[in-house]
Amino acid sequence: MTPAPPALEIEELSLSIAAARVVDGVSLAVAAGEVVAMVGESGCGKSLTAQAVMRLLPDAVRHQGGRIRVAGQDITALPDSAMRRLRGRALSMIFQEPQAALDPLATVGAQIAEALRLPLARARPAVRAMLEEVGLSDPERRIDQYPFELSGGMCQRVMIACALIARPALLLADEPTTALDVTIQAQILALLRRLAAERGTAVLLITHDMGVVADIADRVAVMYAGRIAETGPVGALFAAPRHPYTALLLAAIPRLADTPKSRLAVIEGRVPMPGAFGAGCRFAERCPLADARCTAQAPPLRDLGGGRHSACFHAERVG
Amino acid sequence: MRRPPPAILLLLAILAGFVVMALAAPLLAPYDPLHQSLLARLRPPGTALRAGRFLLGTDDLGRDLLSRLIFGARASLAVAASSVAVSLATGSLLGLLSGWRRGWSEIVIMRLVDSMLSIPAILLAVLTVAVLGPGFVKLVLVLGLTRWPRYTRVAYAQTLQVAALPYIRAAEMAGCRPWRILLRHILPNIAGPLLVVATSEFGLMILFEAGLSFLGLGIQPPTPSWGSIMSAGRDYVARAWWLTVFPGAALFLLVLSVNLLGDWLRDRLDPRSATR
Repeated sequence: MTPAPPALEIEELSLSIAAARVVDGVSLAVAAGEVVAMVGESGCGKSLTAQAVMRLLPDAVRHQGGRIRVAGQDITALPDSAMRRLRGRALSMIFQEPQAALDPLATVGAQIAEALRLPLARARPAVRAMLEEVGLSDPERRIDQYPFELSGGMCQRVMIACALIARPALLLADEPTTALDVTIQAQILALLRRLAAERGTAVLLITHDMGVVADIADRVAVMYAGRIAETGPVGALFAAPRHPYTALLLAAIPRLADTPKSRLAVIEGRVPMPGAFGAGCRFAERCPLADARCTAQAPPLRDLGGGRHSACFHAERVG
Repeated sequence: MRRPPPAILLLLAILAGFVVMALAAPLLAPYDPLHQSLLARLRPPGTALRAGRFLLGTDDLGRDLLSRLIFGARASLAVAASSVAVSLATGSLLGLLSGWRRGWSEIVIMRLVDSMLSIPAILLAVLTVAVLGPGFVKLVLVLGLTRWPRYTRVAYAQTLQVAALPYIRAAEMAGCRPWRILLRHILPNIAGPLLVVATSEFGLMILFEAGLSFLGLGIQPPTPSWGSIMSAGRDYVARAWWLTVFPGAALFLLVLSVNLLGDWLRDRLDPRSATR
């Protein structure tokens, strides 16, 4: 018997806006029950990758190449109507601003039932059970409440209930806790972690917050300017990064031991504009290890063993 | 919910009065509005004859004016309500479609709206009735199908705004069918402004019906309509002022209360445009 295919398999995905390759040859797999975090700064292509998986890219973005398989099924070749039936069932998505992501004129229960394609009257027991599972107090009352009656954290729990009630194989979470305060953030992350494990849902978590990554992810994929810089298990990657960008990113996290006088660590320079990518490594101009070879050719993602991959010629010298 | 101010309650009562009048016309009217009596022609208000007392007087065929006004409310309200319903449905649907689909449907529908709005509506209505001929159903269709562009404009602009909101994206990501997104998620969220347009159009439709009936293009005699009563009374305006004054006053009162209610509704639904 062949092993079950991973819940999500992205192979050499490339997306472009006009002539600029904003996502360039990204490959990534997420197994059932696994939480993979995609980290990177704004504009590095992580949200576009998630939207490509949902097949809901903005009009300006063109799919240049690459395959995306959800539970073994190639979704890049599916007709629109078949793709629409998969959304919410085989794969679903939550994002930031939970309060804005719920229809203000529909009750909580109606919106969750909608993901099941059932009227609330028939889905009521399932909706109530789901609300209990996401940890909302007094679910029977919440079912008939409107989003404005709930706090941001409660709304995000409702969003999660909407996304998971149809038992999708894959959940995409695009900055799900960015708009929430820190204590609620921890609760929501713990909830995601627990539901993923219990239900065997694969989670692709998109974030720019290293703290969030350390909290709940099994594996990390660090993205820089549309390419994957480094992937690996969270513990190993945090302990010994194998890409200069990851190393600098980790060094830039403020620590409790910092005094008000200590300077914030920063990465010098800025991300190249999407139209101005050179032939070489996109991080080369900010990289302390860069040499002539780095600006001449793009480093491929190399297997370093132990589940780790790095797109750096000097991976062994980092750290 | 805040209690509406007393003036609004009064306007609501007036409107409700007209509606009750139209619905219960056979019970409220003292006489048969079609019963003619050549002996009782053009009697002034308050005349008492052996046949009875005519509170608002009689017309040139000896028919009781009060009864005719009460039945005339039916024509006004029925035509206005049905044509608003037709144009509201047509206009909203087209606006939703063009705002959601964009592309060609947007270009075609919105340019059609622009050209419809550039033709004087009453002219368009007069022309179509002149070609099709009068009658209740035709009148409703003519008014309904010439008055949809205002709704389309509002629905289109609102749909553009709402469609970009996160909860519509969330519905797409949950695999909602497009028509379900349109009718269940976008339509309720743009219903307020559409309702405001509908109230202001309702007043206008009452006037249009009266105007077309006055010109003989609307409700046909002998069925009473305020417009045709005034039209017939015009010939006797020097001898029988009540034939034009009372239907005119009724029309004025009804349209005024509908319009003021519409303004109040607009201010309630959109506090930014409040006129004060």
